[in-house]
This record gives sequence, C-alpha cells and structure tokens, in this order.
Amino acid sequence: MYQQIVDQITARVMAGDWAPGQALPSIRELAAGSGVSVITVKRAYEELERAGLIATRQGKGSFVADRPDQARQLLEAGLDRALDEVVTQAARLGLDRQQLHRRLDEHLDAAPSSNPSEGSQS
Amino acid sequence: MIPAFAVQSLSKRYPHFALEDVSLSLQPGTVMGLVGANGAGKTTLLRLLSGLAAPDAGTVEVLGHRLPEAQADARREVGLASEDMRLYRGRSLDWHIDLVRQIFPSWDDDYAATLVRRFDLKPQQTLGGYSHGQRVKALLLLCLARRPKLLLLDEPTTGLDPVARLEVLEALADVLRDERRSVLFSSHNTADVEQLADRIAFLHAGRLVADADKESFLDQWRRVLCLGAAPPTLAAWPEVAAVRSAGSQVEVRVRAWREDLSDRLAAAGLRVERVDPMSLEEIFVTAVRTGGAA
Repeated sequence: MYQQIVDQITARVMAGDWAPGQALPSIRELAAGSGVSVITVKRAYEELERAGLIATRQGKGSFVADRPDQARQLLEAGLDRALDEVVTQAARLGLDRQQLHRRLDEHLDAAPSSNPSEGSQS
Repeated sequence: MIPAFAVQSLSKRYPHFALEDVSLSLQPGTVMGLVGANGAGKTTLLRLLSGLAAPDAGTVEVLGHRLPEAQADARREVGLASEDMRLYRGRSLDWHIDLVRQIFPSWDDDYAATLVRRFDLKPQQTLGGYSHGQRVKALLLLCLARRPKLLLLDEPTTGLDPVARLEVLEALADVLRDERRSVLFSSHNTADVEQLADRIAFLHAGRLVADADKESFLDQWRRVLCLGAAPPTLAAWPEVAAVRSAGSQVEVRVRAWREDLSDRLAAAGLRVERVDPMSLEEIFVTAVRTGGAA
C-alpha cells in the first residue's frame, strides 16, 4: 500500500505540482487526507527519502528535494522493474528476442498518442 | 508517555470460550486493527478494555487508569461503539445527542453537526425508522463527537454498504489528525484494517498470535511460486506456513520471508518463478487455516 503513496508523490513531483523546495504535507496530514494509516505514509516518506526525491529536516518536516531529476530516476527504476517482469514472462512463453521485440512494437502501436514518436508508423 | 491502553497477562473465561494470557499495549496517536475469526476473542477484549467485563486474571489499564478501580475516570475519556449497544428506537438522533452531551462535557457540537451532514442523517427522525447503516453511523457519531482519547470500535464497518463504509472510514481517518487520540477497532474486513491500521493485533482461539506494526507484519509474508516437486518436509520448515501443489507448480506461503529462502528452495529442487507480497486477507486466511501461527 505504501507503494501507491510513493507513486502518487513521484507523479506529482514529475508533473511539477510539487516544486523543488516545497514543503510536503505532514505525515499525519497526508494520512488523514488520503485515509491511510500513519505508518504507511511514514514508510512511503522513508522510501522517497532513500531515493533522494524528498529530504526531511528535523522539526521542519519533509520537502521536495532540489534535484527534480530524482523523480525521473525513480520512474526509470520502475520501468526497469516492469521490463524485468516482461523478460521473465517472455522466457516462460519461450519467446525469442525478435518475437518479444515484435510484441512490444504491437503494444506501442496500440497505445494512445503518448507513444515515443521515433519510429512510429505512418 | 502513558499508553492508550495496556493489558498484562489478561484472562477471561466463559463456559465455552476463554481469552488466555493476553499482553498488549497501544501508544497514543496510533490506530490498531484487531483481526481474528469469529469467536477469536475480539469482542471479549474490547469489553474488558471498556470495563463492561472484569478479567479473571491480569490487569487492565486505560489511559493510565487502572480498571476496575478508576472506571469512572476511564469512562469519561474512552468511547466504545459496538453493535450490541442500544439506541432508543422511539427517540430521535437529536434526543440522543442531548442525552450524551449532558453526560460528557467534552462533547463537540460543531463536530457533531459536521458528522450529521457527512453521514447524511436526519436528526429529527426517530431511530426506529433508520436503516441498519444509519443506526451504525448514528452510534458512531454519538461516540466520535465526544472526542474520546481512546476509541474502541467493534466491527465499525460490518453490514454497511460501500458508500456508508467509505463515510465511516473517512471519519476515522479524521481522528488521525490528532496525535493524542488512539483507536482500537476490530474488523472482519481485512481491507479496512490494511488501509487504516498502524498496528495489527491478531487473535486466534482466545490467544494473541501476532502484534506488530502493519508494514513489518505484511513484509514478513510472501507467496512464492515454484516449479518442480515439493519435498515432503517442506511444509514443516519453520518459515513455511502452507504448501500447495498443482501439477508441476508449487505455491509456498511463507510467514518469515528472507532472501536466502530462494536458494534453499532451489537446493531442495524447486525453481522459484516469482515472489509476491500477500494481502492481509490472504495472510489472515492462511494463518487461521494452519492453526493460527502468524
């Protein structure tokens, strides 16, 4: 469940809703506001702090870190995890490299316009 | 810091059920979810904490007040909402509010008005005409608006439709804003516990089998999917809770996950395909089916 909070905050920082240096809601505030337990938010903040996306100053609460590229790195790590999973599944199906590439292309073609434009079909 | 409650070696025996040797405490500002099957002792524990029942052995302290000696002091600061509490069917919610307000000086009129709106209750209607869900919400309102330091809730969301359930969960989440208030709630709905609780206390057949912070508790359990043939001794490994084979697939439910378990499974002839976290619901069912060891 804490992963959902991590993802939400990462997405908001990526989208620029929360700027570098901006104060985050207190753990209790965010817990009450999103209806999840304090310990879950605490765990999410610890995770985000480890990833360098937020910084916590004693007695002053948590802030968005000054390095917004951290959000990107966190999402990159998420993509790597998802790709590892894809590779595992493909191995289970006995797909070779070419077949997997083709399947990925099919998905890219079927996805809405947010596709990476490079190499897209006319 | 004075704990919200602390019980030591608590026992209570009834003709067909006994709560045995329970020691448990809760830090202020914390929400504890009490899980367990029917008859596990959840209601008994809540009754002992609220002073409605006296223990046969052990001690009960609530907000620093020893029960039963300081019962009157404890009552002022503790709010209990349980389904067997009676509301007067011939009287309105307003009438009940007046009654509770006279007894408890901590009553918060503004908060009561907010809850009436949020729970969408008609204050002048007699409660005999309320639906089950409306009665549950009325009872909770009468309890919450006293702003008790310790809230004891017995199955607060049972029998509610999804909308009412959400309203109740939101009201409980509000309580979290104040770090001096604490909540102990029992629930069959493990999703509610997973969402709201900071700590989990797990009762099975009258005994406390787990008491841990929620994230660490969930973190200990894994569902491991393997390929191969399960060795006959696998089910007896101390960290393994359950083993189920289907064809060449073996599902192992692990109650004390460690990274090195993958290698040990491999050494036993099982190839680990994937390792997934488990929901509280799955953990609960696994633990109850295997005799309660959590």
